[in-house]
Amino acid sequence: MPYPTDLKYTKDHEWIRISGDIAEIGITDFAQDQLGDVVFVELPEPGRTIKAGESFGSIESVKAVSELFAPMSGEVVEVNPSLKDHPEMINSKPHETWMVKVRVSDPKEAGSLLDSAQYDGITHA
Amino acid sequence: MTDTAAASLRTTPLHARHRASGARMVPYAGWEMPVEYSGITDEHMAVRTRAGLFDVSHMGEIEIAGKGALEAVQRISSNDASALKVGQAQYAGLLTPDGTFIDDMLVYRMAASHFMLVVNAANAAKDYAWISEQVKLAGDAAVVDSSSRYALIAIQGPAARDVLQQLTAVDLGDIRYYWFSYGEVANARVTISRTGYTGEDGYEIFVPPNMADRVWQGLIQAGRGDVIPCGLGARDTLRLEAAMRLYGNDIDESTTALEAGLDWTIGWKKGDFIGRERLLEQKERGITRTLVGFEMLERGIARQGYIVTSGGDEVGKVTSGTQTPFLKKAVGMAYVPVSLSVPGTQIDIDIRGRATRAQVVPLPFYSRSRSGPGPRIPGPGQ
Repeated sequence: MPYPTDLKYTKDHEWIRISGDIAEIGITDFAQDQLGDVVFVELPEPGRTIKAGESFGSIESVKAVSELFAPMSGEVVEVNPSLKDHPEMINSKPHETWMVKVRVSDPKEAGSLLDSAQYDGITHA
Repeated sequence: MTDTAAASLRTTPLHARHRASGARMVPYAGWEMPVEYSGITDEHMAVRTRAGLFDVSHMGEIEIAGKGALEAVQRISSNDASALKVGQAQYAGLLTPDGTFIDDMLVYRMAASHFMLVVNAANAAKDYAWISEQVKLAGDAAVVDSSSRYALIAIQGPAARDVLQQLTAVDLGDIRYYWFSYGEVANARVTISRTGYTGEDGYEIFVPPNMADRVWQGLIQAGRGDVIPCGLGARDTLRLEAAMRLYGNDIDESTTALEAGLDWTIGWKKGDFIGRERLLEQKERGITRTLVGFEMLERGIARQGYIVTSGGDEVGKVTSGTQTPFLKKAVGMAYVPVSLSVPGTQIDIDIRGRATRAQVVPLPFYSRSRSGPGPRIPGPGQ
């Protein structure tokens, strides 16, 4: 699966789609493939702030649990309501299934994120 | 994984087949093994509803033969091997003098004075060293590590018999649960054992390594879509639903056969065996902790190593836990004080710092329908 060029990526395999001061955050196809069947996602409530590089939640597959790391800092404004009953969407459509929407507090943080070509490179390292 | 790490891993005769079929390969117990093909949930459901195929060639085989073979096996095995007829198998512990587990195993009686032990891959070398030492003391028998002589293929699930039957002249209806027979499958000379580690009916087939791919492909083709290849991931969730113990998780050298709830594998009446004295003491004194099953009452998945608490106090540890694909529940097993072991008892699991409610439930979590053939008997580990 090609990595969309409108997204930015972290080396921890999250993606972020920035439009204005709102950003959607999800995990990459590589991440979902490594995890296997996702059964459970634990996410912060709206209103909570998350900090770039720090854990903001966890994702559980049948075989393992993995932490989610924030690509950028900000306040959570929405949590994807579909994930409670359909966490498997993360496996089937990883780059379309956002987990949280965040109002970013420091747009400059985007500068340290990876573009799709750079991210594709680290998945083949 | 680096190339050097990959180079030091052992591979089974089906390794190229797994690679070609798109399996995700992982290091496991010194072997590079398939952990999943189409996904753990898909594979797990296939075994519960149709059939799945597993490469378990990494497991070890140790044979004991000679005049003193029965005596030797009786000494090292927790179970009573004299109860076995030729052609029959039983689950047993390979115990330390403390009654704890060096390993768990299946004991096959190949002939009156010839036994084969099927042991966990991770323990095979340790087991062989221990058994050789003990048998030397016990007397007149030879111990051989015959692991490299066999590939081991498991076909498990309600469709397993019909599919396997297409490839063999052996009447599979004649092989009772926990018995085995010899014959040809896809023109390979094999041993067919009605055993498994999934909680379903099925067979484990001991195949000459050079014939493994032929048998594997034959079974996939005969299954016409009803048999899918499965990895160690589904094997783990399947065995956990069926509450079969996994060495390294639920049993090890710190847990006794009584604490593990495996009293039924102890041949008390057969006379002395390694571990008997300590187990007898423990039985008379009473155990203080025991392995229980639990189900999460709140959202969260318990994993191996998570702490069990009660009223805020640490009372035990989770040994295995997952979200089971068939029951669709978060379940697990844990050692807890006997006072907290009654089904219905509420406990908490510390899931990354949050006390999450759970309830003790009877084991197994899953048991195949009684209309199916044979009793449910826990089998050996991975």
